[in-house]
Amino acid sequence: MNSVASLPASHPTPAASPAGAGDGRPIIELQAIHKIYALGEEAQVHALRGVDLAITAGSYLAIMGPSGSGKSTLLNLLGCLDRPTAGRYYLGGEDVSQMNDDQLSEVRGRRIGFIFQSYNLIPQLSVLENIQVPLLYQGLDLRAYEDRCVELARLVGLGDRLHHRPNQLSGGQQQRVAIARSLVNDPLMILADEPTGNLDSKTGAEVLDLIDRLNHQGKTIVLVTHDDRVASRAHRVIHMRDGLIDREVINRTAPSVPTPAHA
Amino acid sequence: MLSYQILSTIRLGIKSLLLHKLRSGLTMLGIIFGVCSVIAMLAIGEGASYEAQEAIKKLGSNNILVRSLKPPEASRQQGGGGPGPRGLSLKYGLTYADAARLQQTIPGVKYVVPMRIIRENVRFGRNEVPCQVIGTLPVYTEVTQVDVLRGRFLTDLDELYKNNVCVITAGLARRLFPTEDPMQHSVKIDAFYYRVVGIIQETGKAEQRTQTGPMEGQPLDNNAYIPLSTSRTRFGEVLIRRMAGSIEAEEVQLHQVTVQMEDTAAVQTADPQIRTLLKRFHDQNDYELIVPLELLRQAEATKRRFNIVLGSIAAISLLVGGIGIMNIMLANVTERTREIGVRRALGAKRRDITLQFLVETVVLSVGGGLIGVAVGMLTPVVVSMATDMKTIVTLWSVLVAFGISGAVGIIFGLYPARAAALLDPIEALRHE
Repeated sequence: MNSVASLPASHPTPAASPAGAGDGRPIIELQAIHKIYALGEEAQVHALRGVDLAITAGSYLAIMGPSGSGKSTLLNLLGCLDRPTAGRYYLGGEDVSQMNDDQLSEVRGRRIGFIFQSYNLIPQLSVLENIQVPLLYQGLDLRAYEDRCVELARLVGLGDRLHHRPNQLSGGQQQRVAIARSLVNDPLMILADEPTGNLDSKTGAEVLDLIDRLNHQGKTIVLVTHDDRVASRAHRVIHMRDGLIDREVINRTAPSVPTPAHA
Repeated sequence: MLSYQILSTIRLGIKSLLLHKLRSGLTMLGIIFGVCSVIAMLAIGEGASYEAQEAIKKLGSNNILVRSLKPPEASRQQGGGGPGPRGLSLKYGLTYADAARLQQTIPGVKYVVPMRIIRENVRFGRNEVPCQVIGTLPVYTEVTQVDVLRGRFLTDLDELYKNNVCVITAGLARRLFPTEDPMQHSVKIDAFYYRVVGIIQETGKAEQRTQTGPMEGQPLDNNAYIPLSTSRTRFGEVLIRRMAGSIEAEEVQLHQVTVQMEDTAAVQTADPQIRTLLKRFHDQNDYELIVPLELLRQAEATKRRFNIVLGSIAAISLLVGGIGIMNIMLANVTERTREIGVRRALGAKRRDITLQFLVETVVLSVGGGLIGVAVGMLTPVVVSMATDMKTIVTLWSVLVAFGISGAVGIIFGLYPARAAALLDPIEALRHE
């Protein structure tokens, strides 16, 4: 489907880390990524100044940093919502940095699961239909996947609320629907942008436990947060500053086996 | 597979529209009114022109009607009352000679039927009915469609012997003889008695026709027919009408001459010939020519023009409806920017978003169109019941109105849908 040459599995990168819980082969690789926003005639914002990053399958990565550090820009690029001004981005061996809009949509639909701070469920759809949305845009017959969607709803503890509307659910429940939705296309990576930002600490912890469990089952998680306690669950924490990776912490104390969810 | 996706997109569109029921309903109203007014107006127009055309056809498309007309100068002189200029009766109109000349001169003439039409009360016992006493020839039945219900129509012998006989219409018979058999009796017209020899029925709804305008002198339901020669001898040439204290005397030989031609082609050539012929023998403008074929053509031309006007009105109302839809859809796009961002993040391509919003617009406009068709087909029925106007809902008007409503949806939906699709997913996701 994509003619861009695929990346050799053993491609060495400076930022490669041994902390990945998977087989050590990077599924995500950023090479000297620059992102420049043109604000007007002359003014430019150099949001990313050559970021190198490799993420291996099954890793649990947290990205931290003050606002203006390029954290959001990095997230948008990782999520294939935007293209880098310069540099290469290989996702699952495909160079996605030069893809056009339709191809990027395709990649987002197939390879990335999104979890947003404000859940972003579609209000007119039921829980089940919300979970099905990513499948819809892959041209699949939803009826064939209904069992899988029901299974996912059960996994996040909402098997009995399949036909509720988002506004009939609590914040924690909505976020769990969003997690189920992010899993439905069996993505390479789950991108979570402040997943607990709108939740109280108890429900936030429950949601994080759920994410921990997913990672434990082999899902690759990339999580953006301000919260040190949230970041502490990740195996690897990247701190951004002025468009570059400032420092990287390998978190040896992160629980290798997550505590069971209360829900 | 594809149809399944389209179906689910339509279902999604309906769901999204139901989120704002009032707003969607109000938006639809524009289209509903547009479509409804197109169908209803065309139905009423169609009905009106159908009636007019039927009436004209009844005059006979092979016929040319020549009718006496009081010349405008004469009626001005008569304004002061009194019996015409210098105490004389006013003389105008067609003459027996005209009828004979028409018969002899004009090629392609089949029948010439002269008529004298006198308004007089017809009496039987204590019953008195105002009606038109028409003096005419037996060939009258060849030119006008009449059914002889009982007895016979006038004959050549009646004409020859100036018989005091009459043929009355079924309506007159009902009014004059509510309980008795008219065939056994004589009726009194003016000072003389006429034996009823036949009862006829004019075909069609003659009763509703007006007595003025181009239909004047045409068979009504209150008619008594007598031989032309009898009419000349019994009523004389000078007709005196007493009205409101004054006396009006006119000398009119014939009120109308109906010329029936061989075929419609002959009508066209005969029309100018008759005009020329009559002009030679009439120094005042005291007659008029009515060519039903011509009237029919005019009616059709009028109808065409009418349809163009209605079409324009309809187009404008649908345009306004379309702008309403576009307005709402633009507001919709702004309001649902976040949703669009989410969908884009979850893998929707630009064309998926375009399709989604286009389908919503089309659902709105086609839904409005369907309701409009239903209301539009119902309105003429109500109008017909309330006002006695004839209405005809034509299939093409329904199809055109419905088709336009669909087209409006697509045309006015494209821009908002495109605007939605071109949103930057990052911006859209950040939108509050």
